[in-house]
Amino acid sequence: MDHIQSLEAYSIFILREAKSRLGRLGLLWSIGKDSTVLLWLAKKAFFGHCPFPFIHVDTGYKIPEMISYRDKVVKELGLELIVHQNKEALADGMGPDKGRLVCCQALKTGALNDMTRTYGFDGLIVGVRRDEEGSRSKERVFSERNQSDEWDYTNQPPELWGQFKTDFPKGHHIRVHPLLQWNEIDIWRYIEAENIPVIDLYFTKNGRRFRSLGCAPCTGRIKSEASNVSEIIEELKNTNTGERDGRAQDQADPYAMQKLRKDGYM
Amino acid sequence: MTNKAQYMTPEVKVRERLKLVFTGHVDHGKSTVIGRLLYDTNSLNRGIIDKVKKISAETGQPFEFAFLLDAFEEEQKQGITIDTTQLQFKTEKRDYVIIDAPGHKEFLKNMISGAADAEAAFLVIDAARGLEEQSRRHAHMLALLGLNQIGVIVNKMDLVQYDRMTYEKIVAEISQFLANLGLETSVCLPLSALSGQNIVEPSPELAWSNGPTLIEALDSLAKGTEDDLSFRLPLQDVYKFDDRRILVGRIEAGSIKIGDRVALSPGRKVTTVTKLAAWLARDEKTRAHAGESVGLMVSDEFFNRRGEVVSSAEKPPLVSQRFKASIFWMGRSPLIPGHHYKLKLATSETEAWVSEIIHLIDSATLDALPPTNNRVGFNEVALVEMNLSKPIALDLFSSHKATGRFVLISSFDVVGGGIITWAEDTGDVKYGFIHGQLKARCEVFEEYYYNADEMAVNKIAQEKPLYTIGDLVPLTGQSYVYPEFFDIVIFRDLVAVKIRAGQVADILPLSDYAFQGWPLVNGRGFGVMVRSQDDWLRAKADLATLTSENQTARVQRWLDFNTYRHIPIGVHDYSI
Ligand SMILES: Nc1nc2c(ncn2[C@@H]2O[C@H](COP(=O)(O)OP(=O)(O)O)[C@@H](O)[C@H]2O)c(=O)[nH]1
Ligand SMILES: [Mg+2]
Repeated sequence: MDHIQSLEAYSIFILREAKSRLGRLGLLWSIGKDSTVLLWLAKKAFFGHCPFPFIHVDTGYKIPEMISYRDKVVKELGLELIVHQNKEALADGMGPDKGRLVCCQALKTGALNDMTRTYGFDGLIVGVRRDEEGSRSKERVFSERNQSDEWDYTNQPPELWGQFKTDFPKGHHIRVHPLLQWNEIDIWRYIEAENIPVIDLYFTKNGRRFRSLGCAPCTGRIKSEASNVSEIIEELKNTNTGERDGRAQDQADPYAMQKLRKDGYM
Repeated sequence: MTNKAQYMTPEVKVRERLKLVFTGHVDHGKSTVIGRLLYDTNSLNRGIIDKVKKISAETGQPFEFAFLLDAFEEEQKQGITIDTTQLQFKTEKRDYVIIDAPGHKEFLKNMISGAADAEAAFLVIDAARGLEEQSRRHAHMLALLGLNQIGVIVNKMDLVQYDRMTYEKIVAEISQFLANLGLETSVCLPLSALSGQNIVEPSPELAWSNGPTLIEALDSLAKGTEDDLSFRLPLQDVYKFDDRRILVGRIEAGSIKIGDRVALSPGRKVTTVTKLAAWLARDEKTRAHAGESVGLMVSDEFFNRRGEVVSSAEKPPLVSQRFKASIFWMGRSPLIPGHHYKLKLATSETEAWVSEIIHLIDSATLDALPPTNNRVGFNEVALVEMNLSKPIALDLFSSHKATGRFVLISSFDVVGGGIITWAEDTGDVKYGFIHGQLKARCEVFEEYYYNADEMAVNKIAQEKPLYTIGDLVPLTGQSYVYPEFFDIVIFRDLVAVKIRAGQVADILPLSDYAFQGWPLVNGRGFGVMVRSQDDWLRAKADLATLTSENQTARVQRWLDFNTYRHIPIGVHDYSI
């Protein structure tokens, strides 16, 4: 087995553990490359079936192409999709001008936590990776969130020998992280090897492309000539800038992501 | 398309990948060594480095390489690693996953989480301080986790003026300690993480060591494989999304191909693999290896469930409910013998308790100590005897790692881990009573019913608990009523059980049992018709020596089905 094949095998193992050990499961689908790979892995794990709904936390500020792409894929694959928004905050005029972290907190964390409660999820499958940023680098594969969706990151449970956190009080839930050990370049190599369709915002347009997708006002494009997957891989081999450097919320404060994620942010 | 063809071609050399953990006492420089290694080899992206630079500018502190890994605010403020993390790194030879582990005693559980994932380990020792408590404890944990590739790094050589004697003294001491644990020291080297000596380039100050640089030391470690072992696949689930019935799981050892005869344990049912199923036709294969997540289709439809182990038919795992294990305790409250825990071994979950703490092991000296107050405390290691409420498939850790280790759970938390060093193989026998070495099968509480469709008496399949002294038993079922006080004599296993006020009061060898006038039943719940000690001695002599010729007469003479049992009508598909 090569590296990508063993990553795939372990992710499938994790997805099957989640299906077997957790009650109501959902998969957070952000339309980006990571959750698209997750969708693919779920199809492999469950032999073409998808035994849980997909969830999109829509901030209302997403890049418009993302929404049209989302609806197209859902229709093509016949997915069960839950779209959830913090309508109240949006009606009150919440937006990045109120402060980036405040905005993320309301439109992403708030909507996500509200959605978890509304649908009573015991497990949410999320495509975060260790190499994205510091607080994610310390994550567990099965990561518990309490009844207020908080992450007790200074007291995480032992996780050894593929024995994940599957015992927890009612009202808590588990964030399942099947891609935790993948790197950005692994994701692209897998997309290439498996020929997985991805949204074309990742490919260059007028000398710029998105490296990471998020909300339109807070996500920048990077300078790039990469117009297909193998060119992206070549580009990544030679870059030493961070994947999330274009994401404004990360730059707001050195511990911004830790703070956001403590409260339930993905 | 050309890309994919290449990806599938066997002659493409697959780059090797090794998972490596850095362990050792707090502050001896683990995070700094890793940070320096990644920094000097340009393995980090600018974003992370800039962030740490910004933090040191804001706080007026010098640039801390450790902060490249210690990402939490709390870690940076306190200058310690709280939780483990993993980073990727490559040399010309191969790829690495580098795992940083905390050295603080409080966070031993996080060190274990990191180290349990590794294939090889480095012990980092501060040259100025030498071996400290956690240096030894970590070495001990590495041995327990089954890591046998251990390298030694003597760090902070700048603090001892790069002195060779200091280095050699530490190496001798730790090598001896590792040898006592049965571990060989794979490689040793001196370095200074802070000044970047001996990391990537050989250091002039450390020229006397003639030794490898850190990069060379990494590359010198060998990678093991689980591929040559006999086949093990702990069942995760059975899927029936469509008309296929697929057994899924990850191959933990060995390999499997279509046509192989396999056994499913603990039941040891044997069947044949007919297909390795996949979503995409291009993923369907005829053979699969250790590490792969597969879907097996087999020729026989048994009732299969998670927790069973699929193995080669010739070399199945042990089936056991009593074994000895070395355990490490991570629980805040101590391990108490007799206390029930949930045991998770591969994909199985079973109720378990410790029947005996054989001894504690002092992590500093490796001496066997008698347990204090018959407890195993936080961060302690012990050899114990475990009992399970039902037999499961398992292996000795020395033969198969993945099926020879387990974790223990109390309320919601993993509180301990262990590796199996000895196990009693009970094969397919399911016991109902256990007390120390005494074990007996029990059909006393089985339920029967008359199946009106089939016009036959059927038994209801049910989970059989394992009773021991002090347990309550179900005196009344749908097809039986026992008195509150009675005795059970089990001839097959030569065991007697006394039930008093509905509780198991004693489990004793049949030879020690004396009839005291309590109602008597046999191992199946039939009344044994004796009224005196004399009757009992005759009944015992008769029933202990049954042959096919004499059994009808003797069974009819001494046993009566109807005393405590009756056969209700099953109402499942009842129609007249
Ligand atoms: N003088 C000296 N200090 C070092 C060296 N390596 C690490 N340190 C310092 O030792 C302290 C603890 O290092 P850290 O990497 O956090 O230790 P850990 O707890 O083992 O991860 C930090 O202040 C480092 O700057 C070294 O080679 N020489
Ligand atoms: Mg550290």
